[in-house]
Amino acid sequence: MEKFDAIVVGAGPSGNAAAYTLAKAGLSVIQIERGEYPGSKNVQGAILYSDALEKIIPEFRDEAPLERHIIEQRMWVLDDDSYIGTSYRSDAFNKAPYNRYTILRAQFDKWFSEKVSKAGALVICETTVTDLIMDGNRVVGVQTDRENGALFADIVILADGVNSLLAKKAGFHPELNPGDVALAVKEILFLPQETLESRFNVKEGEGVVIEMMGKITQGMMGTGFLYTNNESLTIGVGCMLSDFKEKRVSPYLLLEQMKAHPAIAPMIAGGEMKEYTAHLIPEGGLKAMPQIYGDGWMIVGDSGMFVNAVHREGSNLAMTTGRLAAETVIGLKQAGKEMTKPNLSVYRAKLDDSFVMKDLSKYKDMPGVFHANPQFFTTYPELVNKAAHTMLTVDGVDKKTKEREIVRSFTSSRSLAGLVGDAYKMWRALR
Amino acid sequence: MNVNVEEKLFQNRYKVDHGRPHISIINAEICAVECKTQQCTSICPANCYKAEGNGNVTLITDGCLECGTCRIICTDFRNVDWEYPRGGYGILFKFG
Repeated sequence: MEKFDAIVVGAGPSGNAAAYTLAKAGLSVIQIERGEYPGSKNVQGAILYSDALEKIIPEFRDEAPLERHIIEQRMWVLDDDSYIGTSYRSDAFNKAPYNRYTILRAQFDKWFSEKVSKAGALVICETTVTDLIMDGNRVVGVQTDRENGALFADIVILADGVNSLLAKKAGFHPELNPGDVALAVKEILFLPQETLESRFNVKEGEGVVIEMMGKITQGMMGTGFLYTNNESLTIGVGCMLSDFKEKRVSPYLLLEQMKAHPAIAPMIAGGEMKEYTAHLIPEGGLKAMPQIYGDGWMIVGDSGMFVNAVHREGSNLAMTTGRLAAETVIGLKQAGKEMTKPNLSVYRAKLDDSFVMKDLSKYKDMPGVFHANPQFFTTYPELVNKAAHTMLTVDGVDKKTKEREIVRSFTSSRSLAGLVGDAYKMWRALR
Repeated sequence: MNVNVEEKLFQNRYKVDHGRPHISIINAEICAVECKTQQCTSICPANCYKAEGNGNVTLITDGCLECGTCRIICTDFRNVDWEYPRGGYGILFKFG
């Protein structure tokens, strides 16, 4: 039986980053993907942050299928028939090398996987890994759904995504808690390129992202988004699964109602829907993170809760964890060391030293604060919209009276102590 | 507002593994008798779970988006047996 240096389960950003880095260093790598081709099972918003990929494939911009580079970010806080927002747009974002792009994951992941193959890894598609093969406490290989489908390696890197059934079956971590994952649904809507560009006030290659919160999530903790691709828009909404469960909202109804919002409908008008997707996002943060390595195994990407929900970052954490896991393995190989739990603690040290753990530590209290304080997603969006409406309606009432009316609307909905407490909670969680 | 999710799913590409659903209800009796909320029938984004008039819950996985929601929300009874489809089968995203 042939034995590999490493088995990588899954061909998303984290698995591809790991497999590519390992193969490039000359290790024997086999990567298993259950989809028809890499990308066919993968879903994301999707924004690609250049930095994480640049550290793996510096020349990616010349080859990767990228949609638009982002020159403008809008943040909207919505009430039923209005929104108040901010935007930042800069021509500095038009100077190469660009900082981030919209991508279509099915195409992007396929490209990334071709790079993995060219680097020398053996990529096997249409194959589902059903179990880890254990020798005592040590992972020694994987069982696949192919005939004679057992594979063996010194290290198994689990890049099997948010559901991570393998780690669960092996008892490495418990079932996900509905409070630690968001359910997002989205659609891709095709528009003629010229229509899209005039509608969003951009030139060829330039893109806009709009992040939204407020009434569109119908009282649930979550956000909506609208991204410009080359000839299409991606529109979606995601909320915590625990809130969906409690409020019994149908996700597709939520999305359809968001699309009908008077500020959103004109932007997507005429868009031809060509795909509808749903995906879970692990947003529990550092406090919900499982054990990420053990004898003969490591976890990378979504399966390890590596998502920064506050900043809507995930694929960059995925690629970075994949790369650092691979570098850990390469280091141990070169030193002639075994893939034991104590030796693999280097992975954790590398993560601690990177933006991954630093950012996750910074925001470790955010999920808890938002769960306990739904007013950030309900009361406040309504109040700030009403305040704007009061101030911007010219009706013969003097401005001082309008100010008093606004202050009264805030204190009557949240009380002064509530307002101060909310500000303090936010400051504590964000500092 | 009335939304027909089947129309949305019609745009997707699937390779259905006929006769081998990758998700199943472990004990239908529990859904029918013990589960008062039957949340899966509202929250599944592909509407795979349907509340029948007689109190039963039926599951047809052909339109499944493989998100995992049904398995995770069934916290009271853990009554969902959830595996990935066989290699190559299930949803095949064109854009993702």
